[in-house]
Amino acid sequence: MHSYRLTHLKELESESMHILREVAAQFERPALLFSGGKDSIVCFHLARKAFFPSRVPFPLVHVDTGHNFEETMIFRDDLVKEHGATLLVGSVQESIDSGRVQEETGYYASRNKLQTVTLLDTIEKHKIDCAIGGGRRDEEKARAKERVFSHRDEFGQWDPKMQRPELWNIYNGKKRPGEHFRAFPISNWTEMDVWQYILLEKIPIPSIYFSHVREVFDRDGVIYANSSFMRLKPEEKPRQMRVRFRTIGDMSCTGAVDSPASTLEEIIDEVASSRVTERGSRMDDKRSEAAMEDRKKEGYF
Amino acid sequence: MKDNSTHGYLDMDLLRFTTAGSVDDGKSTLIGRLLYDSKAIFDDQMEAMEKASSKRGTGDVDLSLLTDGLRAEREQGITIDVAYRYFATPKRKFIIADTPGHIQYTRNMVTGASTANLAIILVDARKGIQEQTNRHAFIASLLGIPHVVFCINKMDLVDFDEAVFTRIQKELEDFSSKLEVRDIRYIPISALKGDNVVDRSQRMDWYQGPTLMYLLENIHIAGDLNHIDRRFPVQYVVRPMTEAWHDFRGFAGRVTGGVFRKGEMVQVLPSGFQSTIKSIHLGEQELEEAFAPQSVVITLTDEIDVSRGDMLVSPNNMPETGQDIDVMLCWFNERPLQPGGKYAIKHTTRDARCMVKEVKYRMDINTLHKAEGDPTIRMNDIGRVHLRTTVPLHFDKYQRNRSSGSVILIDEGTNETVAAGMIL
Repeated sequence: MHSYRLTHLKELESESMHILREVAAQFERPALLFSGGKDSIVCFHLARKAFFPSRVPFPLVHVDTGHNFEETMIFRDDLVKEHGATLLVGSVQESIDSGRVQEETGYYASRNKLQTVTLLDTIEKHKIDCAIGGGRRDEEKARAKERVFSHRDEFGQWDPKMQRPELWNIYNGKKRPGEHFRAFPISNWTEMDVWQYILLEKIPIPSIYFSHVREVFDRDGVIYANSSFMRLKPEEKPRQMRVRFRTIGDMSCTGAVDSPASTLEEIIDEVASSRVTERGSRMDDKRSEAAMEDRKKEGYF
Repeated sequence: MKDNSTHGYLDMDLLRFTTAGSVDDGKSTLIGRLLYDSKAIFDDQMEAMEKASSKRGTGDVDLSLLTDGLRAEREQGITIDVAYRYFATPKRKFIIADTPGHIQYTRNMVTGASTANLAIILVDARKGIQEQTNRHAFIASLLGIPHVVFCINKMDLVDFDEAVFTRIQKELEDFSSKLEVRDIRYIPISALKGDNVVDRSQRMDWYQGPTLMYLLENIHIAGDLNHIDRRFPVQYVVRPMTEAWHDFRGFAGRVTGGVFRKGEMVQVLPSGFQSTIKSIHLGEQELEEAFAPQSVVITLTDEIDVSRGDMLVSPNNMPETGQDIDVMLCWFNERPLQPGGKYAIKHTTRDARCMVKEVKYRMDINTLHKAEGDPTIRMNDIGRVHLRTTVPLHFDKYQRNRSSGSVILIDEGTNETVAAGMIL
């Protein structure tokens, strides 16, 4: 007599596959937001599992700030080619050129806030009725209270107080014309779960997650990769350093960590002993106590 | 922390639990302690909390700031929604659905309880059973939570007196005999001082039972799911229509009960056609069997019509089928339940409409008595209702299977989820 028991990773996987299939069944034109970061890579892997032997029945959407790590772009294009996926790109540069948004200036200029407009424009252009994202509830306080099926009004806004109760595994994706949803299949995963799952399933990830030497500079206690997008203050001196990235976002707001971890096992050990959350090195969240909540209300991921 | 990382993770399982309580019963302190002692609170979160606490002038670091994430909550110092928190020990990963205990938030408690294996109910040792203790226990029972742990908290304020604990336990036992919970435990703790939370109390040697953390790590949960009645609601039909998989037609879904094995006979509902399981797929992997709560794709030997909303079951163990269902309904919306009103209804993967034929009674959730007279069901009320659906549903009683025994109602005008129902 064997016991019918799943490990925590297999139970999370099963829940996420169920959510992805509900999205495919309940919406007409869903799409997976794909940043090239580990969370969206795991979402894509789960989608492949959920629909195998069919192809993933929705396109990938990349909101391209133009300030990318080159390694991430190569990874994205290889993945699309290997799995025959459809890729739709929404360009923040185009939003700037067409006057939809205005580029921030100064040392702290970031395109992070601008990408909300590009995202909403892309959703509208391709008539996407559900944008699937790799957000996790352990990342941030406002995310901890967001539903798996998150309703957005015709302006793409999230109203935390008007959220629909979500019970058992029944998801309500009913909406009026013009409204859309965000769906978060890995809501219940932690950073550790994601890393353990990547190891378990042998999922390829971009090389910059592993330790490498690159030119960096320090600002406000955060280590940034130096690039042509960054405007250095006079006292900021670039130097070579052995680093890796714990999250991958826009280059202007993603900090590196001083780390020798060059294998998944070493990364997992490092995450396990870390005393700072992964968003601790994200400048975009530090702007204010409710930074994430405010951005989400405007239509951010 | 080594065991928590690369080495032990292949043998960890997942426990979902809910905590309900009001501001002053020590719930935030308890959660804070569990998170802090399992190292799930990070330095930058602590720093943010310290910053916010000093801004509010609250002196000590307020651990509730960890869960109260929305601006309105922080401004008003209340919790308005279910907050999910995560921590892990080398043995298990835990998901906490933390819900506020005020009467107007019954809907949050019900939401948090719907997926929980276990409920922690805090009782203040100085006050004993309160109205809200009964309410929390009743909701845990109604939502079919298999394990309930009563933590008699603030034992430090009653001099760790065994007699106080024994008296409260006796009262809780009397009350709990009316409930349908299989497994009920009682632990004397002090969340503030840490007694019997993670470490065994030195000051209550009269208590021989497990600490809360030991219980959370070791309580047997594999048997909580139904592995007897085979139920497989079809979510999605997989048809690759590619060269390699030309004739492949698989049914994607999540097993909600029983074990499905290759070569075994299944019956499709509602059509009634029977066939044999040809293969079971999990991604590129083929399985011999699938059990709850696995998500798989099943193919059959015969070409029969199966679509979303259908259910694969065992021919000799069928669910009930019918258009008239009796449910215990929790109402979530400001607009009261309309007797005779029509709503959209979702049951497993099936969508239908229903009409409210009769409100049998409203429950007084503080006394567990049927409220006489006015049967109106308003926001946060719970009542027994008779529904008539437009198409037959294939269901089990909720107490037998939480997935095939649950429904939600949706307002067809606003698309809001207005109620959750447990089939009786």
